[in-house]
Amino acid sequence: MKIMNLVNAINNALDIKLKEDKRVLVYGQDVGVEGGVFRVTEGLQLKHGKERVFDSPLAESGIVGTAVGMTMAGLRPVVEMQFSGFVYPAFNQIISHVARMHNRSRGRYPMSMVIRMPYGGGINALEHHSESFEAAFAHIPGLKVVIPSTPHDAKGLLISAIESPDPIIFMEPKRIYRAIKQEVNEDKYNVPIGKAAVLQQGTDVTVVAYGAMIREVQKAIVLAKQAGISVELIDLRTIYPMDKETILNSVRKTGRIITVTEGVRSFGVASEISQVVSEEAFLSLEAPPKRVTGFDTIVPLPKGEFHYLQDAHKIFYEIEQTVKF
Amino acid sequence: MFEEYNPLKNKIFRIIDNDGKVINKKYMPEVEDTTIVKAYKDMLFARTADLLTVNYQRQGRIFTYPPNYGQEAISGAVAQIIGKEDWLVPAFRELGTWLAKGVTLKEIFLYYMGNEDACKFEGATNTVPFAVPIASQLLHATGIGYEIKLNKKKQVVFTFVGDGGTSEGDFHEAVNFAGVWKVPVIFIVQNNQYGISTPTSVQTASQSIAIKSVAYGIRGIQVDGNDFFAMYAAVKESYKIAMENGEPVLIEAVTYRKGPHTTSDDPTKYRTKEEEEKWDATDPMRRLKAFMESKKIFDFDEEKLIADYRKEVDRQFVAAENYSAYPVEDVFKYQYVEMPEDLKEQQRKYEKYLAWKATAVK
Ligand SMILES: Cc1ncc(C[n+]2csc(CCOP(=O)(O)OP(=O)(O)O)c2C)c(N)n1
Repeated sequence: MKIMNLVNAINNALDIKLKEDKRVLVYGQDVGVEGGVFRVTEGLQLKHGKERVFDSPLAESGIVGTAVGMTMAGLRPVVEMQFSGFVYPAFNQIISHVARMHNRSRGRYPMSMVIRMPYGGGINALEHHSESFEAAFAHIPGLKVVIPSTPHDAKGLLISAIESPDPIIFMEPKRIYRAIKQEVNEDKYNVPIGKAAVLQQGTDVTVVAYGAMIREVQKAIVLAKQAGISVELIDLRTIYPMDKETILNSVRKTGRIITVTEGVRSFGVASEISQVVSEEAFLSLEAPPKRVTGFDTIVPLPKGEFHYLQDAHKIFYEIEQTVKF
Repeated sequence: MFEEYNPLKNKIFRIIDNDGKVINKKYMPEVEDTTIVKAYKDMLFARTADLLTVNYQRQGRIFTYPPNYGQEAISGAVAQIIGKEDWLVPAFRELGTWLAKGVTLKEIFLYYMGNEDACKFEGATNTVPFAVPIASQLLHATGIGYEIKLNKKKQVVFTFVGDGGTSEGDFHEAVNFAGVWKVPVIFIVQNNQYGISTPTSVQTASQSIAIKSVAYGIRGIQVDGNDFFAMYAAVKESYKIAMENGEPVLIEAVTYRKGPHTTSDDPTKYRTKEEEEKWDATDPMRRLKAFMESKKIFDFDEEKLIADYRKEVDRQFVAAENYSAYPVEDVFKYQYVEMPEDLKEQQRKYEKYLAWKATAVK
């Protein structure tokens, strides 16, 4: 066991897969010599060589498009988008090829590749560095979308992602890259894709969250406890395919559900969860499913970002409203 | 100039050497002494602002900032040529050009402190906001060029990108469209040798960036971007071509980013001291100063000027710091011209929450 933060854990997962599977490659902007702007790939080039861990030209479409070719030819690229806000030049490749090639080739060319990207707000960044667009990826048939919230999960999920026959969008909550440390097993292990985790049992209301929002919900739970409210917390971990069973089982018990996401409100992950619950656990509900989300706006620059972000108070407010309903 | 320095010949356009001596008389542009002095002062102001801003960042008074340090001659030359009606479609490392257009330091600071109000650029005609997604802005420049052509206006579009940015598809599309449409756009590639940690050799196998112009059928030239006179001559000639023939030009300005990529970058991770020293010998301000001294036109007290500039920079920085708080409505009101009902409802709900918070949270 070793104390790791998210950065260390992701680095460790890449290291393990680079070592054990010669088909695995890691590339993207500044990932080689520098080890990435967040140092996630630090040391990997030295260890595994410039042919398997390298800097690419500054072109997201180029990075993802070449990864599609590599994958068809039998390699297993793990590519990095420097920030999720810069993935858009690659959207054509992602939507038109990454997500469709397996189907188009009738199973001949599965897209076993991983596209990693730091995402999310709260780091006082410039424009385009704070968005949470997981819903956009989850909306594309053919992709699986994974978001860890702890070092342990980050490592196990990334290993599963690299081993997955399907393409994985692996979104890393950069706000907590170094904020959370825990003991992590240095050996290889998997955390399954498509399985949520119940982080805390409770009886009054279910809160579903993921990524950097878990910590904010945990702070809200302290406030809720003071108000005599018992919260069950689910870490979704995989956005698509969604672990409906874990969510529904919880709601059948608590009768109330709130989803907390950083992203835009309309047509988001929270809306999807609310709908799933409405359809499949309607008779268990004692209050309408609620969303704590960003607005239908851009994420404001740092001076205004606090308005947009979810924090303990915003979450507690909704918990209280829902329980009082 | 464009024939003699056709990028296929792989020749860099240079007029003064590192000691400020004219080595290319044929192309030495006619520049009034007063313009040279003004250019030097512009560059000095930009450099003073840059260096102070790095300090502010260390003091935690601004979040991040991409310094222009070492690249001043490029904007220093453009600043003497770009006109009030010309367009500026910026990237983010051409401070001197923004200032020439009438953008204020206060606005620039406000931007890097994290407030969108900065991009109103109230005193700057035909200046669009900073573009963070690399190279995406270049297409806008081409589009603006089309309007100028369509309406037979007497304007030129200046747009900037870094060497790293030339790898993006948008760069190639923008230059190609400009070539096909024949529009008056000057593309200035600031080749400062790095895109964050990535050297230009990882971006392209071409012998230069300028040579890409050949493939797109437009004029191009590789210029010593640390040579004020070479930059001035190349931009002046490009301006003439854009204005008179309505045609695009690609200028590769070869320079060196003396500072970090942004204040959060550490260049020691990817480059050597020797390399930095080698480039330091080409510093654009030292070269221009040496030229001016030899012509006896460096007739001002530089130390005093720097002291004055520091005061002015600080005044504008503090003005940006004192800018009003970020009101709730500013989160919402600019997203649409016609705000959807649902978004209005989101704002109302948020205000209700704030009212709750004001009483419930101690
Ligand atoms: C589309 C896109 N991808 C990635 C980034 C992150 N990024 C910001 S600056 C930069 C390097 C830019 O290098 P270059 O174009 O050479 O300009 P310079 O910073 O050297 O002026 C990168 C990769 C971005 N802003 N936009």
